Amino acid sequence: MKLAALQSDFHAWLTRGSASAADRLGAGPGLVVYQNNYRSQLVSALREALPLTLTWIGEEAFVGAAAGYIDRSPPSAWTLDAYAPGFAQALAEHFPGDPEVAELAWIETALAEAFVAADAEPLTPENLARVDWEQAQLQLPPSFRMRTVRTNAEAIWTALSSGASAPQARMLDALTGLIVWRRGFTCFLKAIDDIEAAAFDQIHANPSFSALCENLVGTLGEGRGLQASSAFLATLLQFGLLTSIEAPRADASPEGGSPTPQR
Amino acid sequence: MPPANPAFHGYGLGLRREHYRQVLENDAELDFVEVISENFMVDGGQPRSILRQVREQRPVALHGVSMSIGSADGLDRDYLVRLKALVDEIDPLFVSDHLSWSRFASFNAHDLLPLPYTEEALEIVCANIDQAQDVLGRRILVENPSSYVAFADGAMSEWRFLEVMCARTGCDLLLDVNNIYVSARNHRFDPAAYLEGLPFDRVRQIHLAGHSQGLELLIDTHDAAVCDAVWRLYEEVVARVGSVATMIERDDAIPPLKDLLEELAVARAIGERSAAVRLRAAQ
Repeated sequence: MKLAALQSDFHAWLTRGSASAADRLGAGPGLVVYQNNYRSQLVSALREALPLTLTWIGEEAFVGAAAGYIDRSPPSAWTLDAYAPGFAQALAEHFPGDPEVAELAWIETALAEAFVAADAEPLTPENLARVDWEQAQLQLPPSFRMRTVRTNAEAIWTALSSGASAPQARMLDALTGLIVWRRGFTCFLKAIDDIEAAAFDQIHANPSFSALCENLVGTLGEGRGLQASSAFLATLLQFGLLTSIEAPRADASPEGGSPTPQR
Repeated sequence: MPPANPAFHGYGLGLRREHYRQVLENDAELDFVEVISENFMVDGGQPRSILRQVREQRPVALHGVSMSIGSADGLDRDYLVRLKALVDEIDPLFVSDHLSWSRFASFNAHDLLPLPYTEEALEIVCANIDQAQDVLGRRILVENPSSYVAFADGAMSEWRFLEVMCARTGCDLLLDVNNIYVSARNHRFDPAAYLEGLPFDRVRQIHLAGHSQGLELLIDTHDAAVCDAVWRLYEEVVARVGSVATMIERDDAIPPLKDLLEELAVARAIGERSAAVRLRAAQ
C-alpha cells in the first residue's frame, strides 16, 4: 500500500471509524488506541480552551457538543489553539435557545488569542504632542477583538472567572459591543457603548482619525460628534488601545515625505 | 548539509507550565530544559517572554510534535517558517520531532501516527527531513516513536529505518528509551535487538518517561514515573552511547518539581556510574 493511501485510510478510520479502511490497514487492535487518542486529545484541548463554558453548560452537554463538532469539523491547522474558535462558533447552532453559551465561548477564545497575539506597546499622551491629526491613522493592538452580543455573557464570564456564582442568562435590551485586548501580559474584556462600537467599526474600515471625526459628526452633529471623537481618543489612550499613529510630523517639510510611525 | 549538532553532556527536564516560575526563580540542578516548540510558536505575549528568560539561564532544546515528518504530501511551509523564527530567536541546543505523521492533506490529527517501514516511506521521510533542515539551517533530531500497530507490508525494522534515515539525511537521533520498551512489548520484539541495530553515534539526546498498561497494549502516556524495566534498558543504552543530553519527559499528572529532580538524579547516577566503568576500562 502506498503511503498516501495508508494515510487516507488512517484519516477515514480516525474521523469516521471506517471499517473498510481499518481492514485495508490490516494493523490489528492497536488502531482503536489511535482513535481513542485522537478524540480524547481534541476533547481535552476544547476543555482546556473553554473552562468557563464547560462550567456553565456542564460536563455532559459540553462533551456532547464537542463530540459532534469533532465529527463535523476535524482539525486542519498545525496548532490546536486554532481548533477552539470554530467550536465556539458551532455552539451557537448546538444551543440555539441559549445564545449566551456561544457568546461566553467567544469571550474565552478571544482572550486566549489576545494572550499570544503580537506584542505592541501602547502610546502615551506624550507620544501625541506633534501628531498631524488631519493625516493621523490610528492603529489598534494586534490583540484587539470585537463583537456584538445579545446576552449578559460578559456578566456571566466576569462572575465565573472570579469564582463567584453566575447570574441567570438573560437577553440584553439591545445589542452590545464587547472588546478584548492585551496590555503588557494582561488581557482585558470590556463592554462598549453604541458610539464606541461605531467608532471601532469606522477605524476597522478606515483608520483615518479625520474620517472618524467626519463619521461621528455626520451621525451625532458637529458639537457632539467632535466631542465624541475626543472622548474616544481619550478612551483609546486610557486603556492602552492605541499602539501607533502613522502620520507625517507636523514640522515636516511641505512635501511631507514618507509617513512616520509614532511610538 | 547543515553543520553537525554539538555534543552536549548534561541532565534536564521537559519544562511544563506548572514549573515555569520555580525553574526561573530557583537554582534547580538542570543542565538544560526542553520545551514543546508549538507552545511557543506564537506571535507574542507571556509564553514567548518566559521562554526568553529561561533561555538566558540555561540551554533550551525545542521538541516539536507537529512537523509531521512522515506526511506523504510534504511538510507545512507555514509551520516551518514559524519554527524557523523561534529557532532564530532562541538559538536552541537541539531541534527535534518524531518519526511519525499527523497531517494528511487538510487534516491534522494532532497525534503521532505510525509509519510503515517501507522504502517508499523512507524516501518520503528523508525528503521531508531534507526540507526541514534546509529551512531551519540546522540538523534536526528525530525521535523513535512508540506504536500500537505494525503494518503488514513493513519491509524493514524500525532500527534499520532509523539507521538509513540518519545516513541519508545527516539528521541525528533523539532516543526515547521508554518508547523502545513500549513498542517492544506491544510488538513482541527484543529490545536488545533494537539496541544492537541502532546507530548510537547519531544519538544526541535521550528521553526517559513513564507509560501505562492499556487493555492489551502498553500506552505511552507520560503520566507516571520511569519504571524499573526502562531504567535497566537505560543502563544498557548509556553503556553504548556514553554521556549525552538526558532528560525526564512528563506530560500528564505533573508532579512537584522536586519529584522530577529526584527522578533525574537517578538518571544522573546511572550515567556517572557508566562513565566511571568506561574510564576504568580505558585505563
